[in-house]
Amino acid sequence: MEDVCAKFVSQKISKTRWRPLPAAALQLPDLFATGSWDNEDNRISIWSVGHLGNVGLNGEYQGEPQLLCDIRHNGDVMDMQFLDQERIVVASSTGTVTIFRHHQNNQTLSANQRWEKAHYHVDQDTCCGGAACTGIICNNPDIVTVGEDGRINHFKADQKDAVRTIDNADSSTLHAVTFLRTTEILTVNSIGQLKIWDLRQQRNEPSQIFSLTGDRVPLHCVDRHPNQQHIVATGGQDGMLSIWDIRQGTMPVSLLNAHEAEMWEVHFHPSSPDHLFTCSEDGSLWHWDTSTDIAEKPSFLHQGGRSTTYFSHNTINQSIVSAWLSNDPTKDRMEITNLIPNQTLSVNSLDVLGPCLVYGTDAEAIYVNRQLFA
Amino acid sequence: PSQVVPGADPSARQLCFAWGPAEVLVCETLFGRRGGSPPRGESGAALTGRVPGTGDRAPSSSRLFVVRRDQDIYIQTLRKLFNESHGIFTGLQRSEEGLAGKSRKAQLVQVSKNYRSVIRACMEDMHQAATSTRDPALHSQYSTQVSILSAMELIWNLCEILFVEAAGAGPLLLRLLDWVRLHVCDVDSMVREVMSSESPSKHELFWNVVDIFVLQGRLDEARHLLSKEASANPSSVNMYKILDDLMKKMPVPSLGNTQTLTEMELKWQHWHEECQRYLQDGTFASNSHMESICKILLGDDDAILEKKELITTWYHFLVTRLLYSHPTVKPMELRFYAQACMDLFLGGESSPEPLDTILMAAFEFEMHQVIKECSIALSNWWFVAHLTDLLDHCKLLQSHNLYFGSNMREFLLLEYASGLFSHHSLWQLGVDYFDHCPEYGRVYLELHIERIPLNTEQKALKVLRICEQRQMHEQVRSICKIMAMKALRNNRLGSALSWSIRAKDAAFATLISDRFLKDYCERGCFSDLDLIDNLGPSMLLSDRLTFLGKYREFHRLYGEKRFSEAAKLLLLLMTAHIAPCSFWMTLLTDALPLLEQKEVIFSAEQTYELMRCLEDLTAGKSDKQKFQDDVETMKVEMLRLALARNLARVIVKEGTLEGS
Repeated sequence: MEDVCAKFVSQKISKTRWRPLPAAALQLPDLFATGSWDNEDNRISIWSVGHLGNVGLNGEYQGEPQLLCDIRHNGDVMDMQFLDQERIVVASSTGTVTIFRHHQNNQTLSANQRWEKAHYHVDQDTCCGGAACTGIICNNPDIVTVGEDGRINHFKADQKDAVRTIDNADSSTLHAVTFLRTTEILTVNSIGQLKIWDLRQQRNEPSQIFSLTGDRVPLHCVDRHPNQQHIVATGGQDGMLSIWDIRQGTMPVSLLNAHEAEMWEVHFHPSSPDHLFTCSEDGSLWHWDTSTDIAEKPSFLHQGGRSTTYFSHNTINQSIVSAWLSNDPTKDRMEITNLIPNQTLSVNSLDVLGPCLVYGTDAEAIYVNRQLFA
Repeated sequence: PSQVVPGADPSARQLCFAWGPAEVLVCETLFGRRGGSPPRGESGAALTGRVPGTGDRAPSSSRLFVVRRDQDIYIQTLRKLFNESHGIFTGLQRSEEGLAGKSRKAQLVQVSKNYRSVIRACMEDMHQAATSTRDPALHSQYSTQVSILSAMELIWNLCEILFVEAAGAGPLLLRLLDWVRLHVCDVDSMVREVMSSESPSKHELFWNVVDIFVLQGRLDEARHLLSKEASANPSSVNMYKILDDLMKKMPVPSLGNTQTLTEMELKWQHWHEECQRYLQDGTFASNSHMESICKILLGDDDAILEKKELITTWYHFLVTRLLYSHPTVKPMELRFYAQACMDLFLGGESSPEPLDTILMAAFEFEMHQVIKECSIALSNWWFVAHLTDLLDHCKLLQSHNLYFGSNMREFLLLEYASGLFSHHSLWQLGVDYFDHCPEYGRVYLELHIERIPLNTEQKALKVLRICEQRQMHEQVRSICKIMAMKALRNNRLGSALSWSIRAKDAAFATLISDRFLKDYCERGCFSDLDLIDNLGPSMLLSDRLTFLGKYREFHRLYGEKRFSEAAKLLLLLMTAHIAPCSFWMTLLTDALPLLEQKEVIFSAEQTYELMRCLEDLTAGKSDKQKFQDDVETMKVEMLRLALARNLARVIVKEGTLEGS
């Protein structure tokens, strides 16, 4: 694919994240951060994909991402998220949570704030015994972290101590977390459960538990629909994509066969949530598109024609309900494309923003696609 | 490659060795040092590695050395090479063998070119690193790497021409010319300097550059330069014209099938004679430069060798000589010319270096010799492993079996992949290489994969996935067990149970279930309810786990005040022997509140069963045990009382019900 540029970076990439754009900006995303894993010397790096100057007539851009700065990180980077334009929160396999600040005037990174052993086994004060922090979600200034120790921490940036810690929140490993509303979070664990926690309540119990049917397939990632907060997507160990409606039932609305191995990340497109992106250990990255309505593109996809009227009737209903919750989204309406042909090693992370996609792999390469919807 | 370990001195101390998969641990021992340095013959004794406590002299600090078999694996910049070539390698293995002769060859040549472009890209990065660093040590290290990489590319390119593409007479020479132009870049700066000067013809190096062009067969460029000189010298314009004409007319082998070889040879013969004529009638006698060019065109050895510093290498000399004296050289004839050229060029002054030997072996079509020499000379297995694999895909190495291992391709791939596995991060790449070693790949993978340190669950999951995809059940079990043990040590019973369920490890599940039950007995409540309540079918993994799940179900029923169901389940746990005997007392105690409920829960029959259970339990114990514990005795007494009372009530109740 010509519009994708790759760069080999000599470290296995565990996370890639675009820097968020200022609210009113119309520009394209130009900076992203990566974190590495399984190295003796892991790093957080900031890359630029500058759109200025090099943009040709057709808007195409040649050239690979340029390294702006990097900094050593203790332990594998397990998760990472931008808190704001300058600060990145990073979860480490040592259990430490660090906020790095990116100084844009002189292009340096520095550790801004650190919670040592936010996650730990047995005893926080012993020299060893940190437990990997597996997931992070921030909503400035709130930061919520989860870990292998089944603990949930609620921090606030610029506050030294945790606002709230729920010990033993889960008996198994918590793999990921996301905000449902400002005070409610959603966690997924290694026995296939989805739990909602209300941070205002003092009880150390989830307010609701959802689970996959009997098989206890571990869930690895979770993302919430940006506009319709009751729609949640999760990805599991068997590569299955599940869509949940948390207003009703305790089971997923739909289970979609997807990847052949662990699904590491799932992301709704932040501004066009009819698009969803998933990546997996099997080395594939899928683009799920429910926007190809029959109403919009009636002709070439459904040449049978007989049922066209019924379909368009349906579609009107569904656009209110959201395409993700329709009863069988696999039928005709969803277009799925694998964005990486012939990949063999795991795609560990992806991020989408505007028309840009960035992903990182175990083959020590980062890829940037600037024309997702072209 | 044999190397001396810096700092290790076998004459001063005995050394002992411990062999790892791709590393050797060497440490100094005090063994056998009594009475000065030991005789050499005895050094075998040190291999036992025992270190006696009594040193005869003051024990100085012992040193440990880790000797790595594949040093280059650890060079940061080369990781790009390993990763990119991994992609090409897997692509090559996937490619269809079925393609017909020509397109298959084109495919293989493309693969070979891809490998080379990766080497080139890596070389450029390394060069960049070398120029940007200020540390002289680092600089020299990078520069060495650049020269190694460039040698690798040089060899690979030649192998590509001779073996992969197997160019025939005619095109062979054109390929060799390209090869020389691409790799002899020492003179490029000179060319650039002259070409960029205001008037190239006035430049002192002008004739040198013209010679370079002629020697590399870049006749059009040479003519272009000469035409400039000619316009500046109107007096000798005729002479220039003749030379220009000769160069223009020189027949070249064509890539297409437009002319036959004999046709070409005939034309060339004519042209050669024409040159000869001009030289003999002294047309160029007035200009020594032009005369020497004409001599070169005639393939005159001495004239070419005069420009030794412009040719720089013997293989350049070879190609130039072939161009002007044997343009239709056949692949099999190369060896004679190559040997002669090397001898002529080196002139007995210097002995051939490893690179020369390797190239010579290639010209001699001794593929195995090339690979062998490369293995010795290069400090990595990357090159030989990938080259051999490619040649194997070209079906060039089939017949060769080693007396150890399976064949050379597999042997080299195994070596390379083992090196990758010894690296903390590159091990993932090694997996695919092992996959494509039919004979021993799996065994190697099994042995290596178990030895990967698992510091996070995510890494464990990745390793597990590798094992599960290949049905390596033994390794799956062992990895899950390691993770379960880790979780257990960290008091994460839930996680530990999950891991043992994944491994289908019944014994371990039993162990953990017992821990849960023990915790329950001590604390009176269950931990990790979210897990135990959701065991599902995995509950059947071990009897104890089933009991744990069912027992928890009993508690839930009891909590929900569904007493009769709870009572039934409780009884079932004992009568169906799901519960371990040691736990019966607890179960019976749990029955107590049910027996004491206002309404009657246990039926008469159930009560009898309960009584039988109690008697079985007490009868099984010897008298000594029975009266050892006061609490126990009291519990039994209480149970008996409660059972009797319940029986009385139930008889009355059942009697009344039937009567009414």
